[in-house]
Amino acid sequence: MAVSAFLTDATVCIGCKACEVACKEWNHIPADGFNFTGKSYDNTDSLGHSTWRHVMFLEQPAALGPQITGTEDPFRWLFLSDVCKHCGNAGCLEACPTGAIVRTEVGSVFVQPDVCNGCGYCVVSCPFGVVDKNHEVGTAFKCTFCYDRQREGLMPACAKACPTRSIRFGELDEMREHGLARVEELQRRGYSDARIYDPKDTSVGGTHAMFVILGEPEAYNFPPAPEVPTIHLKSAWTAALISALVVVLVVCLAFVL
Amino acid sequence: MPGLGTTFGRGGATTTLPDLMNADVILIMGSNMAENHPVGFQWVMEAKERGTKVIHVDPRFSRTSAVSDIWAPLRAGSDVLFLGGLVNYVLQNDKDFREYVVNYTNASVIIGEDFKDTEDLDGLFSGWDPERRVYDTRTWTYDNCAKEEASPQNPAHGGHAKDSGRTTAPDVSSVERDETLQHPRCVYQILKRHFARYTPEMVERTCGVPRDLFLKIAETFCSASGPEKTGSICYAVGWTQHSNGVQVIRTAAILQLLLGNIGRPGGGIMALRGHASIQGSTDIPTLFDILPGYLPMPKYGFDARDLSAYLDKHRDKTGWWWNTDKYIVSLLKAYYGEAARKDNDWGFEWLPRITGDHSHQGYFLDMMDGKMEGLFVMGQNPANAAPHSRLERKAMAKLKWLVVRDLVELETATFWYDSPEIERGELRTEEIGTEVFFLPAAGHAEKDGCFTNTQRLVQWHQKAVDPPGDARGEVWFMYHLGRRLKEKAKLDPKPRNAGLNALAWDYTLLGEIQEPSVEEILQEINGYTVSDHNLVKGFTELKADGSTACGCWIYSGIFPAADDNVANRRNSRDFYGHGWAFAWPADRRVLYNRASARPDGRPWSERKKLIWWDEAQKKWTGLDVPDFNATKPPDYQPPAGAEGDAALAGDRPFILHPDGLGWIWVPVGLVDGPLPAHYEPWESPVRNPLYPKQQTNPRAMSKERPDNQYANSPDERFPYVFTTYRLTEHHTSGAMSRTLPHLAELQPEFFCEISPELAAERGIENGGWVTIIGMRGIIEARALVTSRIQPLVVDGKTVHQVGLPYHWGYRGLVKGDSANDLLPISEEPNVRIMESKGLLCNVVAGRRAQGKQALEQMQAQIRGKPWQ
Repeated sequence: MAVSAFLTDATVCIGCKACEVACKEWNHIPADGFNFTGKSYDNTDSLGHSTWRHVMFLEQPAALGPQITGTEDPFRWLFLSDVCKHCGNAGCLEACPTGAIVRTEVGSVFVQPDVCNGCGYCVVSCPFGVVDKNHEVGTAFKCTFCYDRQREGLMPACAKACPTRSIRFGELDEMREHGLARVEELQRRGYSDARIYDPKDTSVGGTHAMFVILGEPEAYNFPPAPEVPTIHLKSAWTAALISALVVVLVVCLAFVL
Repeated sequence: MPGLGTTFGRGGATTTLPDLMNADVILIMGSNMAENHPVGFQWVMEAKERGTKVIHVDPRFSRTSAVSDIWAPLRAGSDVLFLGGLVNYVLQNDKDFREYVVNYTNASVIIGEDFKDTEDLDGLFSGWDPERRVYDTRTWTYDNCAKEEASPQNPAHGGHAKDSGRTTAPDVSSVERDETLQHPRCVYQILKRHFARYTPEMVERTCGVPRDLFLKIAETFCSASGPEKTGSICYAVGWTQHSNGVQVIRTAAILQLLLGNIGRPGGGIMALRGHASIQGSTDIPTLFDILPGYLPMPKYGFDARDLSAYLDKHRDKTGWWWNTDKYIVSLLKAYYGEAARKDNDWGFEWLPRITGDHSHQGYFLDMMDGKMEGLFVMGQNPANAAPHSRLERKAMAKLKWLVVRDLVELETATFWYDSPEIERGELRTEEIGTEVFFLPAAGHAEKDGCFTNTQRLVQWHQKAVDPPGDARGEVWFMYHLGRRLKEKAKLDPKPRNAGLNALAWDYTLLGEIQEPSVEEILQEINGYTVSDHNLVKGFTELKADGSTACGCWIYSGIFPAADDNVANRRNSRDFYGHGWAFAWPADRRVLYNRASARPDGRPWSERKKLIWWDEAQKKWTGLDVPDFNATKPPDYQPPAGAEGDAALAGDRPFILHPDGLGWIWVPVGLVDGPLPAHYEPWESPVRNPLYPKQQTNPRAMSKERPDNQYANSPDERFPYVFTTYRLTEHHTSGAMSRTLPHLAELQPEFFCEISPELAAERGIENGGWVTIIGMRGIIEARALVTSRIQPLVVDGKTVHQVGLPYHWGYRGLVKGDSANDLLPISEEPNVRIMESKGLLCNVVAGRRAQGKQALEQMQAQIRGKPWQ
């Protein structure tokens, strides 16, 4: 099977949340609370153990490309469906002590619920704050990239349900190419702050979920330069080793002196 | 629908959703299309990607505005003025598509000297009877036309039918036309004078849309005209639910005719329906005033004496409705089978007669007055989905019996023990005599059937699983109810039971639950020859001699052979989707598509071609099924005395009309004016700046009474404008979404949208509680303070608008007050729809008083004394 990816495009999303519902329906994820947040139309709030697609609603004092609005000050309302990034170097996978988190043949990162022991190391190791532990069940959950569907040749449920093709699904390289072309096209049409969020030159080693966004990544809770915690392994272990050596040295010296 | 019906001939969207991709500009107004039709909106997004400009005009910056090229905020209830401004812009700047207008519309027709315009009569058209508050519409007809005799008992009565409010169409053979459009009494010149004061300045003053922004929209939309370009308009209930709703749509229809945008690719008016099969529910109606296929329901004392009286009133000598006799007789044959004979007028006398206002609004007021014994409620939830829900809940407590069939035990079924009225002591369970029967209904996957969608497309769906337990589909229920009633009637030979006894009620029953075969019903709808039960191929095969039966003539052709359910076809073979389901009529996807070609039959342009005359084959051909006699040449001229379709020339695309023209001017068919005029909503923050002596639609019915009161216009007690609407996450009253956890969690609480300015003025915090009070109700909601709502400057003062999604009620996983508690019961004069947009309220920070005290708080506000 080909290495696949999502490309989620904020500029054609209409915020219908069909992806959220399709995801929950397909994956049998329960509703996780009837909480009114007061944050625009977003009552989902964040990704979590029971929310694998999350549509953000950002009301911003900025213009949407060449859009003309009747507002005195520039104004726009952006929607973007967030999802697990399925990192090339996945913090969760590297932190998992039981081998519950594996990489699949489509390139995604998959949590095997029957192997997970609920230690929670993955939760703190995710640079995007995606993977989450369900304390009732006792194990970690996140987007499966609809691995079950992909194995049968179907696209993930969220992409299938998207009415405007804001969520595209396909081969990784093709999605990246499409994203870059899309950004170019948007720039040409006057969306000067269009960009692709594709942290391939960072330590996460690229992702299998890229995004076409307007404005700064931080507005979408995307770290501009995400880091996989294991890049600090060498320095951390080196520091520990040096500390240990110093301790040993000091102890030895104490005897000598 | 009469807005489209009277202008073009049929009450349905003129185009298809994918055809929006062919538009150069799309104007979305009176609709939050991305929110409420997200799947259909994919075509708008696709069009936008191809360079189409998308304009959204709406009180709120919504999901649709978010992706539009231009958004203009507008004061709810000022739509006619805005659209009239566009019409005026076209006329003042000669932007009309002249060749189209002259040939395909009635712009050139001369109107009689007796006609006086709203400009002459301070906001009234000629013919106004101030005592009876109705129009005598005779001065509105064409000059030189035989005018109907005066009949004070029978004023134009409005309705959904093909010729609502009119009797037979004028005899148009002697009508005078001025193709130079210069005659002072030609429609074009009257129109020009009528809309002359709908200027950009007036739009700014009344709608709150800045002049420059209006002009930008006018320039953008009106550029989509002429041989090379087209523009589409999409609307929904944001236009219909007004006291002048039909005339809002009329204004848009006039605009599209002037720009030559009807019947052409990327043109048209997309009437977006509010539910899955709302189009279907008027085609084969759940409405009280029409029979299937838009045939009028006989009205007592008007057209109901016998079939010939009915046909006298409704069978036009020229145009397609010449066939009315074939359709009504075939319908009666379908209803009454062998019992319908020539010597008993095909059973016409068994049809029920309209004797009064049997609309939803009308019968709920009757119910409140104790005039009704029982009510069936199916697919509706009046306890919180209907206007003035408070009144409707109380009205149901006066019934003897109430039958509710639904998927869940919804508010309407439980009003007698858990409604706010119980909590407030207005109703006491032990005192309510209503016997409530709640019956479980089957979902759409649990039964065969079809949906007629927003683009007149009838799509079949198959039963996937049996309904659980005692749940049953509507077909099962209605069939077996009818069967039992017939059994009872057989034993009771009263004359009133004759129709029931005559009713043909035989369907093949399937399976253990004895479900009638729905395909058989669709075959009956399609029509068949009585002698051999062979299915007809289409409505042209129907006869008036009783040899054919047809349940709905416009659907004829949907089942042309026993093994060919066209609604179930799934092999789309072209852009317009032929091969995928069935679009009425006769699988024509774009209505009036004869207008896509020049009068001589050639396409207006290569880019905008749709159908054209093929001289070699001597027939119309192209990308769609011609909505025209396929072999009538473009230069056909009717012989003297010709009747029906043969009386229309080869360049008359609007074949349902007696003159084959698009009606910029509606000579007969509407009760509140041949042209639209701006009137304020029932409650308004301003006086009508255009016609100071005529604040509201003179012909509309407020139904004001002690339990259905109105605020003043303006009103210090209720300074803010509110408007109700829907969200993607929920469906209407919420009975199908607040009961599903995956939807309920997405919008868990009733909220109200207000601007930061209003929030500051009233000390309201985002996420906090807010109480909304109107003349008829008091509700509480969470505040969503957002720049998406903008204060507008209207007539020199700041007007704040309050947005209220109406999905909540007192049942379900998530509960909340119902926004519809605030609405009045009122009636637009043509179709009797209520006004739900642009009424007045006050907002107060904090929760409302609970229990009995809630009413005291409301009364205090009405008395003008803030409640402590």
